[in-house]
Amino acid sequence: MQKMPKWADVALIPLLNLLIAFVLSGLVILAIGENPIKALQTMITGALGSTYGWGYTLYYATNFIFTGLAVSIAFKAAMFNIGGEGQAMIGGLGVALVCLYIPFPHWSVALLFAMAGGAIFGAAWAFIPAYLQARRGSHVVITTIMFNFIAASLLNYVLVNVLRPQGEMNPQTAAFPEATHLPTLHEVLAPIGISFSKSAPVNVSLFVALAACVIVYLLMWRSRLGYEIRAFGLSQDASVYAGISPFKIIMVAMLLSGGLSGMMSINNTMGEAERLVLNSVEGAGFIGIAVALMGRNHPFGVLLAALLFGFLYQGGSELSLWTKIPRELVTVIQALVILFTGALDNMVRGPVERIFIRAAKRGAN
Amino acid sequence: MAEVTKGGQQATVAPAIELRGISKAFGPVQANKDISISVQPGTIHGIIGENGAGKSTLMSILYGFYKADEGQIFIHGKETQIPDSQAAIAAGIGMVFQHFKLVENFSVLENVILGVEDGAMLKPSLAKARKSLKSLAEEYELHVDPDMLIEDLGVGVQQRVEILKALYREADILILDEPTGVLTPAEADHLFRILNGLRDQGKTIILITHKLREIMEITDTVSVMRRGEMTATVKTKDTNPEHLAELMVGRKVLLRVDKVPAKPGKKVLEVENLRMVDDHGVERLKGISLNVRAGEILGIAGVSGNGQSQLLEVLGGYAKATGEIRVNDEPIDLTGKYSDGRSRRRRGIAHVPEDRQEHGLIMDFPAWQNVVFGYHHAPEYQKNKLLMDNAKILEVAQDKMDRFDVRPPNPLLEAKSFSGGNQQKIVVAREIERNPDLLLVGQPTRGVDIGAIEFIHKQIIALRDEGKAVLLVSVELEEILSLSDRIAVMFDGHIMGERLPDQTDERELGLMMAGVTQEGDAA
Repeated sequence: MQKMPKWADVALIPLLNLLIAFVLSGLVILAIGENPIKALQTMITGALGSTYGWGYTLYYATNFIFTGLAVSIAFKAAMFNIGGEGQAMIGGLGVALVCLYIPFPHWSVALLFAMAGGAIFGAAWAFIPAYLQARRGSHVVITTIMFNFIAASLLNYVLVNVLRPQGEMNPQTAAFPEATHLPTLHEVLAPIGISFSKSAPVNVSLFVALAACVIVYLLMWRSRLGYEIRAFGLSQDASVYAGISPFKIIMVAMLLSGGLSGMMSINNTMGEAERLVLNSVEGAGFIGIAVALMGRNHPFGVLLAALLFGFLYQGGSELSLWTKIPRELVTVIQALVILFTGALDNMVRGPVERIFIRAAKRGAN
Repeated sequence: MAEVTKGGQQATVAPAIELRGISKAFGPVQANKDISISVQPGTIHGIIGENGAGKSTLMSILYGFYKADEGQIFIHGKETQIPDSQAAIAAGIGMVFQHFKLVENFSVLENVILGVEDGAMLKPSLAKARKSLKSLAEEYELHVDPDMLIEDLGVGVQQRVEILKALYREADILILDEPTGVLTPAEADHLFRILNGLRDQGKTIILITHKLREIMEITDTVSVMRRGEMTATVKTKDTNPEHLAELMVGRKVLLRVDKVPAKPGKKVLEVENLRMVDDHGVERLKGISLNVRAGEILGIAGVSGNGQSQLLEVLGGYAKATGEIRVNDEPIDLTGKYSDGRSRRRRGIAHVPEDRQEHGLIMDFPAWQNVVFGYHHAPEYQKNKLLMDNAKILEVAQDKMDRFDVRPPNPLLEAKSFSGGNQQKIVVAREIERNPDLLLVGQPTRGVDIGAIEFIHKQIIALRDEGKAVLLVSVELEEILSLSDRIAVMFDGHIMGERLPDQTDERELGLMMAGVTQEGDAA
């Protein structure tokens, strides 16, 4: 028995969640004596009102697409990988090593190698928690979150003691060579006559992220491996009956997840900073969890949710720039969105379901 | 709705329970529709119906777990509100659930007083309960050692504790939900003696079951439920099993299985000295040896929990064991290293698992994805090296669902939205149609409605007639007796012996199931 139409499940409920989150945020802004309508206007103009704003929104969204996809793949296998943050940090190390030590003729070759470097390092960071889960039953939530701390310390050590060039004051690597600089959207769009802000950091990584959405979709919904991952995630007992190896699925899903998190670094490290800096991930690994939740663990849902969070990030920083609303409150707004779209989903779902059932009954009688 | 005939009602005595116009809906599902029933005091009243007919919902309303949307409840002629189980107990209603609600590491006595202690100190309550248990035991043949821990008792005795709990709470109306599901025939007979004794003492008993034999054997009156409605109430002596089955299903059903004699061929499955130790270090299979020939059905009888599940798991490739298993004269791996469900399927072993919801199906997958489950590597389901051919699979699923009469025949619906019988048809369609040499079938008709049972039995017989070997595990003796060409009885990880179905009966098999060694059988 269908409880409600599919469109209500995938579109109406997230929109309602979002609406509630925005209304509550508005009340909070009202409470500190600011104008919520003006705040929303500032956010929209700041994030979507110019190509500069779009440039940042899309840049953040690119990060979130990678980490959101990463969380969703693991989630499909019933693995809650909350180590995206650490996997992305270590992925950044992989990208940095590739960019610093391999001489590249052209950015496109560099991009391919950097993708591989980021993915391999990210996957490697997910390998140990995955193995411990698959063989020893150590819970992946605990181990991945501990690995986030280890990653942060490791990166700290490497940047301070190993990769920091002499005379550099900050814990960061040297700038990557010119040949590894990725074209920004400005450079991509200029030849076809579209002018895009020069100073926005969005770059060709965006297209890699979009391609990743399509590939993940094909993998999860059209391939045998995806079928096995989804089956395993829904029922491990049934999967064992069907001859699906739990060890294989846990390892593969976690490595894919770690790899995608690691690949995020082609955007922030290679595309934007053009060097590896401390704390380059800036929480994108954790935002990925919210993005995956809101996107219903579907690649296209993840894409839309990543755009929304990109908007919140960019709009939020504009907000603290142009109004008296403190930066912390922006975090509150983001948290409310996460709370309502993720954790409190059932609060809206229940009543909406009842409305549909009642309507269906009335239609039947 | 059919008219309710109030059998044997005496005008002067108010019914022990009378329900008037009870309705209950769960979302769009109408579980109970305008149900009226009256149960005479001092009788055993059977309620029979297929799974999902609404029997359990009705009893849950009576016991205060659900609140009816409409309708009234009268207990001994007085309208009574039953908002929770406390109120039900106060009204003199006791319930024995299918899954016992006992504290495993408490003694019998402690379980009996749980929730009805007289004061802060336990000692007086325990002493009172001990005395009361003693008199109950003498009165109703309900003998239980009050100091034993529940975990040390067999299921039959645990059930007696549940009955004692209800009687200690001074219940005079006792509801039993599928009470014989876990019992051996001898234990069931004992239970029936107890119930008869209770009736003679003036207690009213409601027996919920889907077994026609029990209804005929013990009840005075029987009510039939179908699709949430009470379709008939008749006196048991005025009816017969065929008629009841027809009332339950809504059409004529064949209760007996029609089959021609088996023509056994060569040995397809040979099992020798199979031993298996589970995760808790308990030996579950203690040297099983058996064989199944092409064109025959070997039925494994036994009370559930005596190693039958483990035997299927080992054969199906998802549990390790020692010993030897040969399929078509080739040994198969038992170490778990090179064996899994997939490799077993490659060797021509298909498996309809005991628990279709836990093992046989992914309940959240649509039907079409379940139709290839376990066979998703088969070349005909692949579009190319990377992608599966979803369009083809959808087509195959639609075809199978049409031919196996899965209702509704919509492959896009999730497995969980089908009834038990239709879920089982999906599993059977998947496993049988791969043309296996050996079919393992566990509890093929558990939780399956009568109409679908008939269909599934026919499919299993048809496979046998094609010359395939079938290993059937079932706790339903009737099913074992009617389908099998040979019967092996399992008890405590041993094969107690083998019998031919036409040279044995439920009594003899029941004794073997209880572990009574027969002369000439090696235990």
